Amino acid sequence: MTATEAVQKFVRDGQLLCFGGFTHAIPFSIGHEIIRQRKQHLTVCKETPDLIVDQLLAAGCIDKLMFSWAGNPGVGSLHAFRRAVEQQIPHPIKIEEYTHFITGARYMAGASGVPFMPVTTSVLASDLARHSDVFKTIDCPFTGKKICLVKAINPDVALIHAQRADRYGNTQMWGIVGSNREIAMASRDVIVSVEEIVDSEIVRRDPNRTLVPGFRVKAVVEDPWGAHPSYSQGHYDRDNQYYMDYENTTRTREGHEKFLEEWIFGVTNRKEYMKRLGAERMLSLKTKSYCSIPVDYGYFG
Amino acid sequence: MSMEHAKEYSYQELMVAAASRELKDQEVVFVGIGIPQLGALLAQRTHAPNLTLIYESGVVGTQPARLPLSIGDPTLVSGTYGIFNFYETFSLLLQRGFIDVGFIGGAQVDKFGNINSTVIGDYDKPKVRLPGSGGGCEITGLSKRIIIVTPHEKRRMVGKVDFITSPGFLDGPGARERFQLGGGPSAVITTMGVLRFDDRTKEMYLSSYHPGLSVDQVKQNTGWDLKISPSVKTTEPPTVKEVEILRKDLDPQGIFLRRGVT
Repeated sequence: MTATEAVQKFVRDGQLLCFGGFTHAIPFSIGHEIIRQRKQHLTVCKETPDLIVDQLLAAGCIDKLMFSWAGNPGVGSLHAFRRAVEQQIPHPIKIEEYTHFITGARYMAGASGVPFMPVTTSVLASDLARHSDVFKTIDCPFTGKKICLVKAINPDVALIHAQRADRYGNTQMWGIVGSNREIAMASRDVIVSVEEIVDSEIVRRDPNRTLVPGFRVKAVVEDPWGAHPSYSQGHYDRDNQYYMDYENTTRTREGHEKFLEEWIFGVTNRKEYMKRLGAERMLSLKTKSYCSIPVDYGYFG
Repeated sequence: MSMEHAKEYSYQELMVAAASRELKDQEVVFVGIGIPQLGALLAQRTHAPNLTLIYESGVVGTQPARLPLSIGDPTLVSGTYGIFNFYETFSLLLQRGFIDVGFIGGAQVDKFGNINSTVIGDYDKPKVRLPGSGGGCEITGLSKRIIIVTPHEKRRMVGKVDFITSPGFLDGPGARERFQLGGGPSAVITTMGVLRFDDRTKEMYLSSYHPGLSVDQVKQNTGWDLKISPSVKTTEPPTVKEVEILRKDLDPQGIFLRRGVT
């Protein structure tokens, strides 16, 4: 399935979408497709919204954002996020923010099929707890001490990028995995984009590397470079220059709209996007090899 | 190793060296990007080779081959000892109590070491919207000890933060205990000095001021009536060796060393 088809088929206006990846493997190609199809009134949850969610905000796709750290990692601000919160541009949005741990715990509760996850009371010492109703405090039935409960998140659709999957959606990943497994297990539908669709045998020869089992995945999209300008461990490096340029070009609303026009609306798919990026830039992001040594699972046939 | 002090160094290099000296060998450190990271990497290359560096991306025991530009940089992954997923990083490492030192930056810090990285002004009508907690709240809540790095300006070093994102000593003695928290901030390294906390009042005081500055200058740039240690001295400058490691090995392009402390 192509990213265009996957988004047409599974993403609807008004849904709660959860973006996977954590600095690593952010599903940019699927996100861009959501913008191109001009989805509206979305609630988006992403612990670190990164540039992709900033772009969805700039394009006016989002009504509510759930997050725990909204910056341009290692660089500065997310300007569309700031314009939305500080000046209600392009329209007012609701925000609901937590800490990273709380976001992770909410995903884990959703993924485990329970209504909440107990966490230590440290978050109650922060002013964050006063601005959200996802925290409850109870006396622990075992110790009698105070314990904090946080509400489960069960998204409509989880969007994940990974290094590889087979055609059934058995998805494998290495490097920083973030919350990909949790959001895949918590969501109703899962869309996965990968650098490469591989034979099932490749997956089955290294089952410990599987993050999401195929039966959970509704669509597998083969989109090489689908995580650019974030990175895919072992395939290409993070495009730090792109992150720095974004900081400057999106300082104004006009600059941001020009950016969306050039990199999202001005292309029809990831292939065209990469053509625009150019071979030289792609080559400069290719990483040197540093392979793991194969492990022996043993054969019992 | 030459312990001779460098004659020429930048204030960033001084801060990194001061940060590095706060860490002991064998400790497990949860680090943020920028000066905290450079401080931990410098410690790893000098007096604390067995420091375990943990990043909130889940990377555990990393010894990056190049300077990481973000907490999820791929160089943190290649050659590291382990990788945890997001929830595990915060539950199995931080919540479980295995982090000795939480080492982070702060946009606004108050006299009790509380950090605001959420908002300047009113939460619902913010003057400036900052990124938010990220891992900060649990890093300062659940580490055994906290080291904070921040620019020293009157609007940043305040009596009371606009918003407590990451708890320090909250409103003073006994406050962390109300939330079942141990630990607390142990040092604040600023562009002007090194500050520590009074055991009894939990209030920050000036422990040392950087060479070339005076106690009065530090006081003038602090948003409350800053107490001064009776044994206040100048901050120890970086050594020749430390400056060399920073410039040649850790940050040859000056990515963090030449950037203002934010």
